[in-house]
Formats: sequence, C-alpha cells, structure tokens
Amino acid sequence: MPIITSSQTQPEYDVAIVGSGAGGGQMAFTLTMAGLKCVMLEAGRSYVPETQTAMFHRPEHVPLLNTPTPDKHMGFTDATVDGGWEVPGEPYTQASNKDEEKFWWWRARMLGGRTNHWGRMSLRNGPLDFKPRSRDGLGFDWPIGYDDVEPYYTKVEMLIGVFGTNEGLENTPNSPAGVLLPAPKGRASELLLQKHAKKLNIPVISIHRAVLTRPLDADNIPAKLFPNNPKVQKIVGDSMRMRAPCFWATDCHRGCAIRANYQSTTVHLPPALATGNLDIVPNAHAREVILGKDGKAKGVLYIDKTTGDEERVKAKVVVLAASSGETVRLLLNSKSAHFPQGIGNGNGLVGKYVMDSVGTSVGGQVPILENLPPHNEDGAGGPHFYIPWWQYQEQLKGKLDFARGYHVEFNGTRGMPGGRNPLSDELGKGAYGTKFKEEARRYYGSNVGYTCRGEQIPNDDCFAELDPEVKDKWGIPVLRWHWKWSDQERNMAAHAAKTFTAFIETMGGTVRAQKKAAIENGGRVIHEVGGALMGAEAKKSVCNGWNQTWDVKNLFLSDAAPFPSNADKNPTLTIMALAWRTGDYIIEQAKKGEL
Amino acid sequence: MTEGETTALRLDRRQVLKWFAATAASTQLSEFGFAAAVPVVTAKGYGTDPELMKIYKPGDFWPLTFTAEQRKTVVALADVMFPEDHLGPAASTLRVPDYMDEWISAPYPIQQKDRAALLPGLQWIEGEAKKRFNADFASLSEAQKHALCDDICGAAPVKAELKKGGAFFSKFRSLAASAYYGTEAGWKALGYVGNISLPTFDGPPPEVLAKLGVEQTVK
Repeated sequence: MPIITSSQTQPEYDVAIVGSGAGGGQMAFTLTMAGLKCVMLEAGRSYVPETQTAMFHRPEHVPLLNTPTPDKHMGFTDATVDGGWEVPGEPYTQASNKDEEKFWWWRARMLGGRTNHWGRMSLRNGPLDFKPRSRDGLGFDWPIGYDDVEPYYTKVEMLIGVFGTNEGLENTPNSPAGVLLPAPKGRASELLLQKHAKKLNIPVISIHRAVLTRPLDADNIPAKLFPNNPKVQKIVGDSMRMRAPCFWATDCHRGCAIRANYQSTTVHLPPALATGNLDIVPNAHAREVILGKDGKAKGVLYIDKTTGDEERVKAKVVVLAASSGETVRLLLNSKSAHFPQGIGNGNGLVGKYVMDSVGTSVGGQVPILENLPPHNEDGAGGPHFYIPWWQYQEQLKGKLDFARGYHVEFNGTRGMPGGRNPLSDELGKGAYGTKFKEEARRYYGSNVGYTCRGEQIPNDDCFAELDPEVKDKWGIPVLRWHWKWSDQERNMAAHAAKTFTAFIETMGGTVRAQKKAAIENGGRVIHEVGGALMGAEAKKSVCNGWNQTWDVKNLFLSDAAPFPSNADKNPTLTIMALAWRTGDYIIEQAKKGEL
Repeated sequence: MTEGETTALRLDRRQVLKWFAATAASTQLSEFGFAAAVPVVTAKGYGTDPELMKIYKPGDFWPLTFTAEQRKTVVALADVMFPEDHLGPAASTLRVPDYMDEWISAPYPIQQKDRAALLPGLQWIEGEAKKRFNADFASLSEAQKHALCDDICGAAPVKAELKKGGAFFSKFRSLAASAYYGTEAGWKALGYVGNISLPTFDGPPPEVLAKLGVEQTVK
C-alpha cells in the first residue's frame, strides 16, 4: 500500500489516523508493524525530503537571501511548505485585539507536518514533570507517571536515534546505557559559557537531539525493539540502513535529504509503508469524526482538497494526531445527537488549558570571541549544548517567585552568514569600505544569544473554542483563541533575562539585544500542547491515561492535546513515546475485541 | 456528525486575519520622510510551495526595478561600501546591486518599506552629488565619493540637514552587507568556514581553545 488518492481508499481499515507528524507517524509505525491495516489522512501535500531539501543552497541562491517572508515564515529553504502562522484560506481568529493576548498558531500542511523543520530537541520529561500539582499545588497531575512512559522513551530513542550524554541531574533523566548516540564536540562559545557558568553554579551539558552522530546499529536495534518478529526486524533494519549519519553541515530546519535527523517522512513513514499495511491520503483535510448510532467512531469525514469534495474513510478505530489545536477543532466540530457540544466536550473541557513554552531571549557581544581563527562550527545543524533547569531545590524551598523550570538554548556564533547585516551600526560606528569589512570580520562570531524555553502553568484564560461565525474556505468552523500569560510566566521570563545578562557579563561581554516584550506571544515557540487533557476522572478530563477519550472508547488522541502540563522539555519526544504506548494499547485491546 | 448524515458545504471567503497584510497604497510615504512617490509593486510572491531545489537569481520571481541611472548609482555606492581589497572582491562583481534590486522589487511588506526608503534615497544622493560636485555620483572621484559618504556614514554625528541621507546610507549599507555576505566570497571575507560535508566534527582547533582558555569537554 502506498500514497493514494481518496478514490483509491479501501472500504474499511482497522485504524484511521489523522495527521502524519510525530504522533501520527509513530502511531502508523507502531500499528503497521503489528499488522493492523491503517489509513493516514494528511491535510497537506505529499513530501519527499530526499529530493526536495535545499541542503547546500547559499543565501545568494534563493530569493531575498533566505530571509522570512509571508509565504515562507522561516525563510525560503526552511522545510515547511504550505505552512506557517498563517495559511491561505484557513484563518483562525482572536478573542482579543490586544497584541499580548493573541495566539500565533503554527500549522504545517505537508506530509510529516512540523517534524520536517523542528530543532530536533529530544528531551525526556522527568518524574516531577508528570506530577507537578503534587509538588507545588498548581495545574494538573498526569494520570500516568515517568515509569509508565520510560520504556517508550527508550524505544523511541533507539528507533529515531538521539545523541546526548547522561548526566544524572535532578529531573533530567538518563537513558539506559548504550541507547544514546555520541554527543558532538562543544563549539567555542558553548565551551566558553560552560566554563563561566560554573562560577554561577549552572550546569552546561550536552543537549539531546534527534540527529545521527553515527549510523544506527541496524543489525541489533530492530531485534531489541521487536523480539521474535524477523519480518518486522528486517523492515526496520532496512530503513535504518537507508539513513546516513550527519555530515556536519546544513541547518536541520531545512530538513535532511540524507535522513540523518528525525523527521516523520524519513524515519516513521518509510518503514510503515514498507509493511504494506499503510495507505496515506495527502490533501485530505479532516473535518469530523463520524459517529455510529452505537456511540462509537466509525471513521473520518474529510475534504479532498484536490476536488473540494467531501469524502469518508471507515475504520474500526480512529486516532487524532492533527496537532493540539487541530485535534481540538476536530473534536468540537464532531457534533451529533450523542454529543451536541462535540465529542469529549460534555464537561466543556475540550479546548481548555492550551499551553505553549515561555520564550524570551537576550543577546550580547563578547570581546574574547572576537578575531578567532576561522574554523568550522556548523556541527550537527543545531545546538550541541544546553542548560537543563537547575533550581528545583530552590523552588522547593520557596526561594523563587515562579514554580516551574526553564531550560536554556544557545544561538550558534559562527553560523552561515547572509541575509542579515553582520555588523550592527552600533558596533560598526559608521564604518564603510575596507574598514567595514575588517570590523565585520573582527566581530563575526562574537555575538551570543540565550533563549529561555520554560514551562507555562495551565490557566483558565488560555483556550480555544469554535468561532461562532468564521469558517475556512471549505466551510469548516475555525478556532478562536484566548490567551493570557500569568505572573508565573512573567516572573520566569524576568529571571531568565537576569540570568542571561549574568552569562554575558561573566564572560566579559555586553548585552546588546533584548526584546522589548519580556515574553514572546503565545504560540510563537510552536510548542502548543493541551486542549484535550488526560486525567484520572471522566468528569475532569477529556481522555484517560491511554489517550483514549472517555466519551468514545475507540477514539484516541495521539498528539500533544492530552498533555496536562507542558514541561520545559520540548514536547516532541513525549508525543512519540505516548503514541507508541497508545499504539501498543490499541493492539492489545483490539486483540481482546474490546474496541 | 452521525453516520448517514450529510453536511452542506458553505463557502466563506471572509478574510479575517490580516497580520501579513500586503501594502497596497497607491503612493507610499518614505520612512525617512522623503516626499517622492514610489511606483507600486503589483507582482506576486513566490508562493507557499515554491520549487526549493532550483538555484535562483534576482528577477526569477518578480520583475526588477532599477533604471539604468539608478543602477549606476547603486553600483557606485555599493562598491564604495564594499570595495575590492585584501578581504575580497567589490560588491558589484558579487551581484550585490542585483540582490538589492530583487529586494526592493519584492511584493512583501518589509521589502516594500525598504523600497520606499531606498528609491528616494538614490535620488537624494544624486542630488547631493550634483549640488556639491556638479556631477553624478558614479562619476565622482574616490575622494569626492568619500567626502560625501563621510558626512552621512555615522562615524561622526550626522548634521541635521543630512539626517535623511544618513538614514538612507545606513539602510543601504545594511542591505548591501546582507547580500555581500550571502556569497561564497563574502563568507571568506567574514571568516565563515562551513556548508561542506565532513567525515567528523572535531570542534574548535587547539589555538581557539587556548585563546579562550577552555578545554574540549566532550571526548
């Protein structure tokens, strides 16, 4: 089975999966390896990274020197096509016209979704991240704990390939020995911060990212993942052998033609297709879950964007992995006599408690980094080091005015130039001619930037609902967003800004760039989670700890919509671990005839 | 919906979000207060799904703007800012004026704003060249070009009556630099080494570690 059109779909499938990113990709992988017949609906076009990634294009090779435009919000060579904070014909609305109360909703309408361009940060949630309310009385506990998810973190890391080190720091879990790939060497500015942050008692360690720093062990990993299943072992092993390790060039946001980093389109979908158990329908914009008279999901109603027609696929189980916001929209639009307010929304909780990461950044210039001998710092196409949250004990003792943590990401210093002026007027002091070139060369590589990625606590003011009037170009009601940061996030951002200033000054540098707004708009970090929370009780949540909706037992949510909290650890690895876990549960329940 | 029901599709073309609203005013006032009207760009952008593998050149997506006279000014000024020297070739040999033309001809808001600053700015500097030296800018001697540029480059406080020229010079320099350093020769001029596949990543060389007083901590 392959990539097909809506007229080629089978009369019925075991499972219909909406979305092809981290959650949908992992779900399709897990289920097809177990022999379940799946259909995947993707709202965007098909996409093949091997032949569509502009790996080595210089800024001079592409329009506008690769700078962002309304057509390509992260620049021309960014992997995202047909996506961004605005998608033509597919609006969303804001409840408030105040700038700080707007939510920026990123969507990627393409096979593989946002996994094609993400930063590949692959951090595990720690034990505290699953039980935050038990620790500080705020937000919600997950109905599951770290021990439930740990085996799946390990399996996902083995499958996709994640580099990093085990440091044994609080709430920053180690992976089992032999699972992580070797960490890449530190860059000049990363090593410099590591040295100076020590004076501030702040640990700078290797980050975990889904990039192959050596080939995957295709001879042994498949047998560990799928013992006693030689057929599947061969499929998974063959797919691993098709992936080359990183060749230490090009920005991961462009995607990876050699399949060295994880994207659903190079890691999850090829082996899933190779089983023969997966049909993918691109340009299929899901509209509603079809509900049977028995109260069970029967399939998905979607718009075939190539014809504009409504189409249906039938399935025994439906999995929504369309992104938090889009899954919320699907649930709310799935109205029926059974569920007049939409599926899962009898308690009014669908759309509630949406979260993003707290983002803020500070930049500076560090004289000791000036005039360094030129050397190659491209590395693994993104950060090599980071700072995990380090003040759990201070928070426990009540010494900070915010309850949750943030981690720190660094901007590269000798990255690819072009598309921006490397010498600000401030540093250049009016230079032009040869003097400008000399000053630009002197300062190149001496600018550093630090970015906060912090945990937002869910609040009553951040949610999405259906706009009562506005519809997209296919007539489907759209989301209206509500957003307000609380003092928790504002205090965190202020703490981060102070800390980053201390980094720059401890290295002998000067703060040069600090955003006017202390905290980025909701959605700008593109870590949207929540909206269909999992919980221990049906009346207080939308799904249970298996990502199974309380209302409809053969309907599962496998993106970040069920997250009851948004730890500072970026959500993608957890989305994949939970999708694999839910997939195993679906397989087991299906065997028992429970679905 | 429940099985067996149908929905009637309704088309709704209401434009709700206008975050990236295209600027379509028939005349635009320049950011720097130049009074001249700027011809409007009506071309289409490259779209949300352009062919990514192609190597492009300015003019491939939208028509360019500069007249022969404007182009002459841009070449001359870009080469004053980025001359041929020990750090690399002159801007005009790296097609910097072409990239600047592509930039100010693009149908996007940021570029349209720069267009409204750059085109009248070119007129201004030509006027200034005429006023001071009775010649067009490109025909001035190096010393004359520098005399003019020194007054507006920002190295010394720019006189009140030249503020518009100073703002133009800064914008021009920034755009020219964005283009100059997007080329292979520009990378060399700056000291960027990369965009080439390597068998291993070895981190900074020993002399860099020594200069910073750090050790490689990843073995």
